Amino acid sequence: MLPTPSQTVGPFYGYALPFPDGGVVAPAGHPAAIVLHGRVLDGDGAPIPDALLEFWQAAPDGGREGRPGSLRRDHTTGGYAGRDGLSFTGFGRVATDADGSWTLHTLAPPAETPYLAVCVFARGLLHHLFTRVYLPDARPDDVLRRIPVERRSTLFAQEERPGLFGFDIRLQGAPHEETVFLDLA
Amino acid sequence: MSPTQQEISAEIAAQAAPTSGALHPERRYPPYRSSLLRHPSQPVVALEDPDAVELSGPVFGVTDVTELDADLTRQHHGEPLGERITVTGRVLDRNGRPVRGQLVEIWQANASGRYAHQRDQHPAPLDPNFTGVGRCLTDDEGGYAFTTIKPGAYPWRNHTNAWRPAHIHFSLFGTAFAQRLVTQMYFPGDPLFAYDPILRSVTDDAARQRLVAAYDHELSVPEWSLGYRWDVVLDGPAATWTEEGR
Ligand SMILES: [Fe+2]
Repeated sequence: MLPTPSQTVGPFYGYALPFPDGGVVAPAGHPAAIVLHGRVLDGDGAPIPDALLEFWQAAPDGGREGRPGSLRRDHTTGGYAGRDGLSFTGFGRVATDADGSWTLHTLAPPAETPYLAVCVFARGLLHHLFTRVYLPDARPDDVLRRIPVERRSTLFAQEERPGLFGFDIRLQGAPHEETVFLDLA
Repeated sequence: MSPTQQEISAEIAAQAAPTSGALHPERRYPPYRSSLLRHPSQPVVALEDPDAVELSGPVFGVTDVTELDADLTRQHHGEPLGERITVTGRVLDRNGRPVRGQLVEIWQANASGRYAHQRDQHPAPLDPNFTGVGRCLTDDEGGYAFTTIKPGAYPWRNHTNAWRPAHIHFSLFGTAFAQRLVTQMYFPGDPLFAYDPILRSVTDDAARQRLVAAYDHELSVPEWSLGYRWDVVLDGPAATWTEEGR
C-alpha cells in the first residue's frame, strides 16, 4: 500500500505533544544517568525555537521492548501525570526552548548499539528527519563506516564533563557542519 | 515584501508534478518559505541495518491514555461551539496489516480557526470549552476514533492573504520508530486546497488525495454528528513491512 504523506508539525503542537518529564527517560535517582543536551540550528546557524525531538534507544541491558508509562494521565483530573519515574521506557520527547536548546536525561545505550535514534520535527520541515547520537567511545559500526569521514563527527556527542554530553543538530550547512540525516531504506 | 498569493500560486504551479509518484513532500519546497533554511542541503544517507534500533519502537499502554482523551468535546464543563464530527479510520503498514495498540495523537484549531496556543494571535475567538487535543490507542484492527468539532480555516504569514484549509494534525507511531509519521488530515472539497503551499508540497496528485478524509454518511449519527473516514498507511523501512508474521 502507498503511504500517507508527511506534513509539517507546524508551530502549534506545543500544547499537544510535549508531556511532563518528556526529557527525563532515566528512572528517578538512577546512579548511571547521563545528560545529553544541545541546540537545533537552521541554515543560518540560528536557533530553532519550535523544533520537537524524539529519542528512542535500547536499554542498557540491550532490551528494545520499551515500557509504557511515558504519557500517564491522572484518571481523576484527566490531567497529564507524565512519567511514572520508575520504568525505563526508552522513549523521550523534548520541545526546543526559545534558544533552540534541549536536554535529555537518560541511561547510556549498550555497547552493541551505542547510539540514540533521533527523530526531528519542526515548523518549516515538511518531512521529519532521522539521525543518531553516538556516544564518544562508540566504535564505528556499519552505519558510521558508510558516512564520509569528514561528516561522521556530526553524529558524535562531545563529552563536556563526566556524564554530560553536547550534541547540536544543524538542519542545513556545509558538508562538515550539517548533521548527517539517515533514511532506513 | 511579503509575496502575493498570485506569486505563490505561480511557484506552486511550477513545482507541480501530478503524476510523479512522489510519496512525500520534498523538504525543500520554496513556496513554503519556512522550508528554505530548514531542509538539509546534503543528501540523506540511506542505510540498511538489519540490527538498527529504529526497527523497534516505543510502546504505550493503558496508563498512557484515558477514554476521555478521544472525545475533544467533553474535556470542559460546557459544549464547544462548532459542527460536531467523528473522525475514524485504520492505521496500517505498507503490507496493509493493522498497527495495533499504538498511539495516535491529534491537535487542531477550534471552529473559528484559533488554536488554544499562546503563539496563535489570529484575532478569532478562543472557545473556553475547546482545547483541541486528543489521543487514543489503536485497537486490534488498527482502528482509531475521535469525536471533535470541525476546525476552521486560519490565516498565516507565509504570504499576503495566506489561509490554511481546515485540517487536523495527526501524530502516529508504528511498531518501528522508523515508521513514525506526523501529518495533517484535510476535509473533502475545501476551496483553499489550491492555494495552500503546505498541502501542495505533496506534488503528486494521488499522494495529496491520501491526505483528504472522506465524508461517510454511514458514520454520521442522526441529530448528533457528521462522520469522516481517514485511513493512514505508515511508511517505513522494507524490513518493517516485508517480514511476515510480525
Ligand atoms: Fe494547523
